[in-house]
Amino acid sequence: MQLTINGKVENLDVSTVLDVLKAKDIDPQLVAVEVNTQMIDQENLGTTSLKEHDKLEFLFFMGGGA
Amino acid sequence: MSFTEDQITRYSRHILLPEVGGKGQKKLSQAKVFVVGAGGLGCPVAYYLGAAGIGTIGLIDSDVVDLSNLQRQVLHHTPDVGRSKTQSAKEKIQALNPDVQVNTYEERLTAQNAREIIRQYDVVIDGVDNFPAKFLINDACYLENTPLVHGGILRFEGRVMTIVPNESACYRCIFKNPPPTGVVPTCQEAGIIGVVAGIIGTIQATEAIKLILKIGQPLTNRLLDFDARTTTFREIRVKRNPSCALCGPNASLTELIDYDEPEACAI
Repeated sequence: MQLTINGKVENLDVSTVLDVLKAKDIDPQLVAVEVNTQMIDQENLGTTSLKEHDKLEFLFFMGGGA
Repeated sequence: MSFTEDQITRYSRHILLPEVGGKGQKKLSQAKVFVVGAGGLGCPVAYYLGAAGIGTIGLIDSDVVDLSNLQRQVLHHTPDVGRSKTQSAKEKIQALNPDVQVNTYEERLTAQNAREIIRQYDVVIDGVDNFPAKFLINDACYLENTPLVHGGILRFEGRVMTIVPNESACYRCIFKNPPPTGVVPTCQEAGIIGVVAGIIGTIQATEAIKLILKIGQPLTNRLLDFDARTTTFREIRVKRNPSCALCGPNASLTELIDYDEPEACAI
């Protein structure tokens, strides 16, 4: 299905948010996920189904400052 | 208070702005900003806030200046290597602008001291280099109802978000808990292009000034990500998370947490 991930349109054979993370080899512990501006709780990544044209934002930790 | 002739000259380019004027400059001179960390972000933030005539700047950092800091921590100069960062920063800010009172805290921000210190300030700036401290600052600012300008930098990237407690999304609305220790690289491990600290720090200082003057639109409910490699900013819309343990309707966090301290990115 066609998804917009961090502003880029991509075609992925996935059904849930967790599938996208797996397909992209992203550790779910290291990312906060927003689907259509809604934050998805970590425990719901595998049960959150995606539909055509959903907009996903993967927000990675950025901890530096010094 | 009224301004001296020198002060009117010093701040004339501010006073010329209709959004600032004499009244706004007076607000700045009465404002108190607490900058956590006198490093990569803290230096540009405190330098510009000092130049802008912020009345009181609080600076907390327990580190001493290291030679590897000087590539980006612009308040510290070569002869300062080995000296306390807060003292080094205080001297430069006051040399630039003697109007500014600089309160220094040569210690770490902890669950024990955070709320008591933050309570004394109007705006807080996150310029720290580790997640336990970022969560501690977020939580303490929420509990003290004090606006916070969050910042983060790594490699060629940076991020800013302004948090107004009870009005906009907090850091925990996005990131529930700190990542496991050691899985997210620090600046010390992964590097940081020095200028990114300046870009992100000056945006943080801008946000603080806007909050004090109540002008424009704050960077709330928006995460601003910057990538120096492509010189692009991305704005990610965020909103308050109903399941946020700190600011959600069923919040469970009512006290500060001292997470296990990872090795500090003491650079």
